[in-house]
Amino acid sequence: MYSQGLIGAEDNVEETPEFLEEFQARIDREEKIEPNDPMPSAYRKTLIRQIGQHAHSEIVGMLPEGNWITRAPTLRRKAALLAKVQDEGGHGLYLYAAAETLGVSREQMTEELLSGKAKYSSIFNYPTPTWADIGAIGWLVDGAAIMNQVPLCRCSFGPYARAMVRVCKEESFHQRQGYELMMTLAEGSPEQREMAQDALNRWWWPSLMMFGPHDSDSTNSDQSMKWKIKRFTNDELRQKFVDATVPQAERIGLTMPDPELKWNADKNDGEGGYDFGSIDWDEFWRVVKGGGPMNVDRLAARKKAWDDGAWVREAALAHAQKRRDRAEASKVAAE
Amino acid sequence: MATNADFANTLIALADDHLILGHRLSQWCGHAPMLEEDLSMPNMALDLIGQARNLYSYACILEGSGRSEDDLAFLRSDREYKNCLMVERPNGDFAHTILRELYFAAFMHPYWEAAQSSADKTICGYAQKAEKEIAYHIRHCGEWVIRLGDGTKESAERMRKAVTALHPYTEELFTITPAHQACIDAGLLPDLATLKSAWSMTISTIFKDAFLEIPEIAFPQEGGRDGRHTEDFGHLLSELQFMQRAYPGQKW
Amino acid sequence: MTTSHAPSLTPLWEVFIRPRNGLNHKHVGSLHAADEDLALRAARDVYTRREEGNSIWVVRSDQIVASDPDEASENFDPAGEKIYRHPSFYDIPDDIGHM
Repeated sequence: MYSQGLIGAEDNVEETPEFLEEFQARIDREEKIEPNDPMPSAYRKTLIRQIGQHAHSEIVGMLPEGNWITRAPTLRRKAALLAKVQDEGGHGLYLYAAAETLGVSREQMTEELLSGKAKYSSIFNYPTPTWADIGAIGWLVDGAAIMNQVPLCRCSFGPYARAMVRVCKEESFHQRQGYELMMTLAEGSPEQREMAQDALNRWWWPSLMMFGPHDSDSTNSDQSMKWKIKRFTNDELRQKFVDATVPQAERIGLTMPDPELKWNADKNDGEGGYDFGSIDWDEFWRVVKGGGPMNVDRLAARKKAWDDGAWVREAALAHAQKRRDRAEASKVAAE
Repeated sequence: MATNADFANTLIALADDHLILGHRLSQWCGHAPMLEEDLSMPNMALDLIGQARNLYSYACILEGSGRSEDDLAFLRSDREYKNCLMVERPNGDFAHTILRELYFAAFMHPYWEAAQSSADKTICGYAQKAEKEIAYHIRHCGEWVIRLGDGTKESAERMRKAVTALHPYTEELFTITPAHQACIDAGLLPDLATLKSAWSMTISTIFKDAFLEIPEIAFPQEGGRDGRHTEDFGHLLSELQFMQRAYPGQKW
Repeated sequence: MTTSHAPSLTPLWEVFIRPRNGLNHKHVGSLHAADEDLALRAARDVYTRREEGNSIWVVRSDQIVASDPDEASENFDPAGEKIYRHPSFYDIPDDIGHM
């Protein structure tokens, strides 16, 4: 979201102890870092990786919900879903632009996604077999994403923080849309209720996995906290999400698929919170490493869109060149 | 004299055009040639679906039958949908999709302009809003047709193929059914014959910049206004209607 | 892995939107487009979906000339010394009222 003329201006900064100390001091003073400011290369790399993954997640995230646009049961739902999936595309776009300020092109990032080198959120490697999945995604997946994203609005890197402000503003309707949809199903026929409960059963645990490994196993967490790229740890955010979501499920009479879930009045420094069962980390790593039910299909769909669109992108560039040539020729002719 | 049924049925046919074309456009969401277009195509689809909803809802009021927009959109048999054949054609490549949208928008723009002086105040209101939306579709799709027609060798070839494939379907846009004729006579809806020159002007202006020729139509393809559809239409309906058919009578 | 795309990159554009008359155009973000018309259309579709504005500017990112961050102190610090440019520098009796 900054201008390309500035990109990579300080990529060769000498990282003396004084420089690193002053950089950390700026962060500690809550100063925002802008793209053309000198920054440690590890800071730059961490952001490129994180913003890139975030952007890819938005783009791949269009697919599971996009699967139901043509089958939405009412015109009202259809319009809402289409607008929501469109928003995800916009969010990917804002985020790619934020990463581009750090000297990586969208084309490069796209190729890293398509080659499997770059990761995206594992949650999108689960399928959406029923309409209730659209409700579950909006309510749980967007709910979890919002938990993650709200603190990112205060991230130390200016362009990322600004992109997240816009994303969060737009995303506020997404979760409401999903919850309203689930509520309608939960209040509907036994068949609809069952559909809603089934979707909740399938999405609950993967939603908890969205916050990433436990703090004790998270490799990037400490440094990101220090740099104020992250403001809360994975486990803190996960707990907040559980505490916010469980009452929402109860309110519409759905049951979390976790027999160990129970209120613990001592949690959260005596404010209370929910204890919950242990997450199946084998499943998490399996999906991260490409073994989820939809990993192959998701990448294939992205690759097809990119490959099928190549001739369009080439034509646009060729036409732009022709226009420049013609403008040049008519200028010469006039002289 | 136009009856309420004439008026409602003509609006339903127009709504069907919008719904089915919106359905086709929405299929691109998440699969467009570039991210920017992943936002533009749903914008156009949302315009079309919004217009379909207005038209269906108003037709329901005119009918006084207690049907809802969703009953009309999801619970009719294939013969009861009266959209023109062009809008149900499969998306094909980006050239086909963009050209089809241009053909339709170039028709709807003078339609909504004329409809602003309808004797029916509700239609006047819809027309004022829809005219602005559809003007943007012409601009957006027209710019793409020019870029593809005057881009690379491959894009020019694809654009020409799209014209050959779709042009025979454009005649049906101007078909006047007896119900529509009654609405014209009552001053409710535009006379489609008077829209032809504006449509041709829009298309030929854009085609000139795109180095495209307007082909002679040897065999116009039509039948949709009479409920006779192409083979692809049943597949489209099986997706569109899936939920309402699989789980009848429920609230969503 | 795909390699079928054009070797040249689609240019980046900066987008500026005026929320309403009476306000400045403000930088809102970036996008990619092959030419200025496509950039304007895309800016409308990407950045004004929720009535964010009534006027759009797009500028090619590589056309922006930016000040050098290394020169930030010489550029901007000296202004801090010129306190006589601010009204509070001057002592006026209270009974004069607002001036």
